[in-house]
Amino acid sequence: MSAKTMTADAPVQFYDLDEHPHPEGHSTMLGFWIYLMSDCLIFAILFACYAVLGGSYAAGPAPKDLFDLKLIALNTAMLLFSSITYGFAVLQMQQGEVKGVQIWLAITGLFGLAFLGIELYEFHHLIEIGATPQRSAFLSSFFTLVGTHGLHVTFGIVWLVTLMFQLSKHGLIAANKRRVMCLSMFWHFLDVVWIGVFTFVYLMGVLR
Amino acid sequence: MTPHPAPETGPILGKLSLEALPLHEPILVVTFIGVVLGGIAVLGLITKFRLWGYLWKEWFTTVDHKRIGIMYMILGLIMFLRGFADAIMMRIQQAMAFGGSEGYLTPHHYDQVFTAHGVIMIFFVAMPFITGLMNYVVPLQIGARDVSFPFLNNFSFWMTTSGAVLTMISLFVGEYAQTGWLAYPPLSGISYSPNVGVDYYIWGLQIAGIGTTLSGINLIVTILKLRAPGMGLMKMPVFTWTSICANILIVASFPILTATLVLLTLDRYVGTNFFTNDLGGSPMMYVNLIWIWGHPEVYILVLPLFGVFSEVTSTFSGKRLFGYTSMVYATICITILSYLVWLHHFFTMGSGASVNSFFGITTMVISIPTGAKLFNWLFTMYRGRIRFELPMMWTVAFMLTFVIGGMTGVLLAVPPADFVLHNSLFLIAHFHNVIIGGVLFGLFAAINYWWPKAFGYKLDVFWGKVSFWCWVVGFWVAFTPLYILGLMGVTRRMRVFDDPSLQIWFVIAGIGALIVAAGIGAMLIQFGVSIWRRKELRDTTGGDPWDGRTLEWATSSPPPDYNFAFTPVIHDLDAWYDMKKRGHQRPTGGYRDIHMPSNTGTGIILSGFCLVMGFALVWHIWWLVALSFVATIVGAIYHTFNYKRDFDIPAATVTAVEEARTRQLAAGA
Amino acid sequence: MPSNLPRFSARLRLLPLLAALPLLSGCGLIVLDPAGDVARQQGDLIILSTVLMLLIIVPVMALTIFFAWKYRASNKEATYKPDWDHSTQLELVIWSAPLLIIICLGAVTWVATHLLDPYRPLARTAPGKPVAAEVKPLDVQVVALDWKWLFIYPEQGVATVNELALPVDRPIRFRISSSSVMNSFYVPALAGQIYAMPGMETKLHGVFDKTGEFEGFSANYSGWGFSNMRFAVKSLPAGEFDKWVATAKASAEGDLSRAAYLKLEKPTHKEPVRRFAASDPQLFDAVVNMCVEPGKMCMHDMMSVDAAGGAGIAGIQNVRQVTYDKFAARGTAEAARWSMRYVAAYCSSPVMSNDRPDAKPVAPEKLKGEGLPHPAKPERTALRAPVAADRPMS
Repeated sequence: MSAKTMTADAPVQFYDLDEHPHPEGHSTMLGFWIYLMSDCLIFAILFACYAVLGGSYAAGPAPKDLFDLKLIALNTAMLLFSSITYGFAVLQMQQGEVKGVQIWLAITGLFGLAFLGIELYEFHHLIEIGATPQRSAFLSSFFTLVGTHGLHVTFGIVWLVTLMFQLSKHGLIAANKRRVMCLSMFWHFLDVVWIGVFTFVYLMGVLR
Repeated sequence: MTPHPAPETGPILGKLSLEALPLHEPILVVTFIGVVLGGIAVLGLITKFRLWGYLWKEWFTTVDHKRIGIMYMILGLIMFLRGFADAIMMRIQQAMAFGGSEGYLTPHHYDQVFTAHGVIMIFFVAMPFITGLMNYVVPLQIGARDVSFPFLNNFSFWMTTSGAVLTMISLFVGEYAQTGWLAYPPLSGISYSPNVGVDYYIWGLQIAGIGTTLSGINLIVTILKLRAPGMGLMKMPVFTWTSICANILIVASFPILTATLVLLTLDRYVGTNFFTNDLGGSPMMYVNLIWIWGHPEVYILVLPLFGVFSEVTSTFSGKRLFGYTSMVYATICITILSYLVWLHHFFTMGSGASVNSFFGITTMVISIPTGAKLFNWLFTMYRGRIRFELPMMWTVAFMLTFVIGGMTGVLLAVPPADFVLHNSLFLIAHFHNVIIGGVLFGLFAAINYWWPKAFGYKLDVFWGKVSFWCWVVGFWVAFTPLYILGLMGVTRRMRVFDDPSLQIWFVIAGIGALIVAAGIGAMLIQFGVSIWRRKELRDTTGGDPWDGRTLEWATSSPPPDYNFAFTPVIHDLDAWYDMKKRGHQRPTGGYRDIHMPSNTGTGIILSGFCLVMGFALVWHIWWLVALSFVATIVGAIYHTFNYKRDFDIPAATVTAVEEARTRQLAAGA
Repeated sequence: MPSNLPRFSARLRLLPLLAALPLLSGCGLIVLDPAGDVARQQGDLIILSTVLMLLIIVPVMALTIFFAWKYRASNKEATYKPDWDHSTQLELVIWSAPLLIIICLGAVTWVATHLLDPYRPLARTAPGKPVAAEVKPLDVQVVALDWKWLFIYPEQGVATVNELALPVDRPIRFRISSSSVMNSFYVPALAGQIYAMPGMETKLHGVFDKTGEFEGFSANYSGWGFSNMRFAVKSLPAGEFDKWVATAKASAEGDLSRAAYLKLEKPTHKEPVRRFAASDPQLFDAVVNMCVEPGKMCMHDMMSVDAAGGAGIAGIQNVRQVTYDKFAARGTAEAARWSMRYVAAYCSSPVMSNDRPDAKPVAPEKLKGEGLPHPAKPERTALRAPVAADRPMS
């Protein structure tokens, strides 16, 4: 807009005499995206550690001794479904249906809880047979990578519940819509990370 | 052999007991008494003058980027005094401990001193200083009213402060790490450092690191989204360019530090085997990871100051910056290359010759854009009209000092040369040469340059010059001997020495440190005298005392809460210079309501919870960990239920403020 | 490169700029004036690189001062061009000048890093004194302990603490490791340093070409007793060295068995010189494989089990509580309870050596084209100067 003011004789405009509204949160999505990238870097480090230490079994068990691919496939399905249901929640939001958003968010949360439940069951089983994070560097990096992802999902669920409260209190106002979108990015991000975990840790671990 | 065995753990106080208080260390007891008396005096004065309400409302809870910037600078200054006290203690110890003398510090104490010196100077001095500077200047330079996320800004500041406070607590409760500032395992592992020192290190850095990362995100978004109309990327002031590059580096490197420290934490608290000797761990991995963060960190520190030098050189030479485009590309080159050099910190680990020479050569390549920058400053001075005000003096001192530091740096990047100089005092002299000569000199230039903007009066010139000469001379007297000692094969972190012929050099270095101390004293006097004589030193130009060139000089000094009554429109790189040259008219009417964020106490409260959690984690007080963790989460959730986070400054208020400025400008002219 | 560095830099030392350096070497700049061929090449490389960089640093500093003075505000004579901010020619110069220097320095770096690779055996003991093919380097095994150094001489069968005696003019091959934390093995008079790391082996090749008494130390901070982690280094004529070995053999300390090593390993500082008449021949390999303690699985065994896919679920239980008191001696046993475990050995398999064959020595002269006839002037050139007659200044 400024360049256009610089025509030959027109006086150059040095101030914008209008006050343009800067709605709160107009750059939240960009900021949240950058945050996600920094979080991605944390996962990158954990993946790198797993790549370096994943073969150091310290004469203990290896992935093929420990992982039950069927269980993990079920787990993966839970998380993938939760991403789809979150997508439905966003679609409902675009149609302005608070109830619909609430219902799909609740379903997403249940899938998330199912995912966490299965993960906790797996961890419990591993620790019970003695394959604890302390046993070898492989197990340390496995528990840390998968556990960090699990912690993220836990926080995602806490956030999701909070958001459901806020939706019921204030409805689909701009701020809440923005939050639904941010959580959406977060949730899909965790999905993408999990696909990496599933491929890199579980599939390659059992198949190699 | 470790003098303090690991304490028992109890259910209520964890590892904390009366023995944690260093009552047997007279130096610490005296320091503690001094801090307590000083603290009581300050708190008493605040209470006496009824300042608590003012401080809480106007400062602690503020979301104004200018006030947060100033608070960062104050934090940096206070921590700088602590870090420098550590430096003086080391210099005295090393000047004394010859010919069988043990000096005056035990290994337990000395090892904490050099660790704390490094950690504090990097994380709690240099980082707050540059974050504060960027916070203060960047929004003004791009013509914005505030940063993108003002609450987050306040929270970041208090997280950084919490980290600093936790580190300071270690002075009087328990101990600090005795591992060196990067805490290499296995030495920093639980087997070889069983006490709380490393835990203080970890949690202090983690808490502050969250603040730093969030502040980095905040400033990137601010620069990308809030630039004034007309300011394309290639019309951004160089300081803003170097700031965005530094913040990109922050966001792309601090998560690595966070993750690495998490792994070290798990090794210490849970017994995992990431960096242990046994059961498959790999200590070398820690060294790699920490330097993948650590080298970009160096450029995080120095890049914004490169921006400062550009602004200062151009302003005081009364001339456009030479080679703006190549300056920008040089900055971007440095940003990218900083990720390709980390291995030069450990050539001596025994990587192959090809790996070593690769990282050696990438390191040297960084000196090309850096050299280009130096030439650009040089040719900005060429055919200028250089006014030797204090900021310009610091800039010339920087140019002359930094080239030597850069040269010794490139020297250390030659692997076979590094084999004989690695970890020697030559290395110490080198990085102090670039950090003091680059970062600190730049900060002093920046403080002298932007002080009138922040407070409306200039800094006293006489004491500024005293400080300048003490610093420059003191620096060279303190560090030239270290270069020489390095070539004599003397290594770092030594507490006692055998060879008496070395002593003279340490004594000279000690004298240098005392001259620097005088420089710091003169600087404090400079601040005091300037505040005292603020009426005489008042800037009468209505906000533009140096004949500046960028937008921050277009508004009043100090700028109003909303920075600019009307958003400026940019047509040229040197926007304010262009406006002055083409005779702009400052609008004197038609003010509107201005939408601004409201203050909030959430940042300081949440950071307080984090501080308590950090302390509880250090001492294994598990119930308090749980309690403060829940408090943090609940507090954060509670905050999200507050939807009313902004307010409007009424047009009447804006009119009153701006008319006062109109009168002031008329009086000055 | 390094072979003719000495002569090149010897001449450059005459430069007035560097006049201060030889003066200072009077007060013991051991890094620039060492007693071994490797360290000397490294020191010369420092001087060469410095000179290369001064080519650009000095003009920059001079210009800074000159411009600052010439264009000071009070000098109204000087040209003032407030809007001059670009010149393509100048930009080319300011990017290419550092680039050229870095190209030169990069080439020097690449060659020197490969030639002075600590893993590479020496081709000469001094300029012009090539190592004969039949000369075997003297093996010395180095272990950094808390806070002292252990030197094992496998060829001689002796071991010492905090004393390193070496024959002059014979290449030495160090195999280096550590028992607990990271240290750095550094004898400035002999050669550059290299880290000593637990569970890992590093190598260093060096040679003394002067006799004398020197000092070595750890150049990487390793905790409480680090400052006193110094050792005496003696460069002895061959006959003296044999005598020294004989005294060590007659030492009353007895043998350095594994049990004695585990006792020695406990943290102490300011440890006096100790000599052991004999040493367990497999001790060093056991240290590197972290299985000096009886019943502990060696790293190489563990790695071969891991490479075969681990030891399965049954392997989980194959962990024992530590019976030796490595951490108890530090007072850290309680805090480090997780570290008080180790993987038990299956059976008493022999310790295998990590020692891999060295790379081939490279005679730097060939790389430089030394000895090749000059097409135009076959007589004396700088590169063909008789190598024995060089090094006038060092």
